[in-house]
Amino acid sequence: MKKTNPVLQATEMIMRVLLTVCGLAAVGFVVVITGYLVVSGIPAIRQVGLIEFLTGTVWKPSQDQFGILPVILTSVLGTFGAILIGVPLGLLFAIYLGKMAPKPVYQVLRPTVDLLAGIPSVVYGLVGMMVLVPFVREVFHVADGVGLFSSIIVLTVMVLPSIISVSETALKAVPHEYEEASLALGATWNETVFKVTFPAAKSGIAASVVLGIGRAVGEAMAIMMVCGNVANMPSLFSSVRFLTTAIAGEMSYSSGLHRQALFSVALILYCFIMLINMVLNFFLKKKEK
Amino acid sequence: MKAKKILAIAAAALLAVSALTACGNTTDGSSGSSASDTSASDSSASDSSASDSSASDSVSQLGGSVSTDGSTSMEKLMGIYQEVYTELSGTTINYNPTGSGSGITAVTEGRCDIGLASRDLKDEEVEAGLTGHVVAIDGIAIIVNPENKVADLSVDQIKQLYTGEITDWSEVGGDAGEVVVIGREAGSGTRDGFEEVVGAADACQYNQELTSTGAVIAAVASNPNAIGYASLSAVDDTVKAVTVDGVECSEETIQSGTYAVQRNFNMVTNDNAELSPEAEAFLNWALSAEADEYVREAGCVPVKH
Repeated sequence: MKKTNPVLQATEMIMRVLLTVCGLAAVGFVVVITGYLVVSGIPAIRQVGLIEFLTGTVWKPSQDQFGILPVILTSVLGTFGAILIGVPLGLLFAIYLGKMAPKPVYQVLRPTVDLLAGIPSVVYGLVGMMVLVPFVREVFHVADGVGLFSSIIVLTVMVLPSIISVSETALKAVPHEYEEASLALGATWNETVFKVTFPAAKSGIAASVVLGIGRAVGEAMAIMMVCGNVANMPSLFSSVRFLTTAIAGEMSYSSGLHRQALFSVALILYCFIMLINMVLNFFLKKKEK
Repeated sequence: MKAKKILAIAAAALLAVSALTACGNTTDGSSGSSASDTSASDSSASDSSASDSSASDSVSQLGGSVSTDGSTSMEKLMGIYQEVYTELSGTTINYNPTGSGSGITAVTEGRCDIGLASRDLKDEEVEAGLTGHVVAIDGIAIIVNPENKVADLSVDQIKQLYTGEITDWSEVGGDAGEVVVIGREAGSGTRDGFEEVVGAADACQYNQELTSTGAVIAAVASNPNAIGYASLSAVDDTVKAVTVDGVECSEETIQSGTYAVQRNFNMVTNDNAELSPEAEAFLNWALSAEADEYVREAGCVPVKH
């Protein structure tokens, strides 16, 4: 047996340790953040009571009333609305981009979509506040343009890029033979795309939806400028507050139980995102089998 | 291929720029005037500190630094203090604009020398050993859209507008239109100050709760039916400040106390901890008549000595 070079062996060892440390660091961050959120989020929930915290409808920190049901419902409905509009729109765009667009058009559109993804969220919020909100007020003849409707529009625009680019990549990855076989069997182009390519790219498309939901649930800055930020029960044209904007909006001036309650809101938001990820991962794995 | 990519990016950039300039026009009033405000106060601050060289004799040259933490409403005042006082005494003033609540917490926990609060201390805070020193008075202007015909409101009308008892502008002499009530987020010093003064604490029915004075002004400027409140120093031409009970919101009326909606700017010290000599010198200077002109520069009203 040939004796291996000790220097080589040493570098091998060092690299192994280094990679393990890096891997553990990523896990470590998640553990630390989770731990911190749980530790700082539990006290207020204990004091207010979990049921009252989750089902209470009045948020008045100065009177120690902390009910976040309207905020939870707003986050759910806002995300749902953005996905409801964003997914079909994004998928159709992805089909056009991946299957129909002539090469020169593709080469302009694809970088544009990527650019859209790179616009900072505060810019979306600013344009929303200055252009969308007055527009909604004029068109729908309401007193104020802020609310769930404007928030959903802004969120839709924000989730589009991730849905488009991930599902377009998934559609492109479907082997050509599938489509050619389908066409050769006499299926029309429409049938081929929607009944062959689509199901074959299902897991990639589902991943794009997960990404979209993640972005919509977690967005704070952009919708803070168009939602009005009052903890009302969700309605399209009156002020609403999201889980994220509740935290971002009040953290700077809060103190005492109010601050602890905001950490509890963060904990709820965190559980939310975990739940969504777990449910979708479950479906993805199930379909792969 | 590469050239096309660059072309696409350039086209998108062009779009973005044109969109931004469009936005720029609508916000021009506020950003433009605030920029000129600061430059004006900057130049006058340096002028006055030059002419005030005799006054600097009374300020001991301690050097060192003082850390302050708190109210964002006091940012303008602190900015001027930082510049002027450093020149007078060589002491560096550090200012961390975190909000009144955070500032009080910071001084309680000893994380800063002086806390800044744009509201008076609560009883429990005084019991905990904190002392508030009023260094300036801030007038809270009640602002409406320039298109709004209403020019005067009573404190009671303001209260009713904010609590939702009055929901249409025609009830207070304006054109018919649903009132859009705009204010600050829970915990904000301006909100606490306003609600307390008009007697609507925790009873306000807001249409929008915004997180900065600038955002409130922008929102009122963009909605003809909106009403909002903001520090007098922050109000610009994009909105109209109404008179309250016939009294205009101005420095004179605030100092004389005839203008109803006003609040105190406090420097908060912790009695349980010894104040550093630098911090004490700064506090004494801020409380003296010497600081009055800088208070005025900041758009606030000095306290009567």
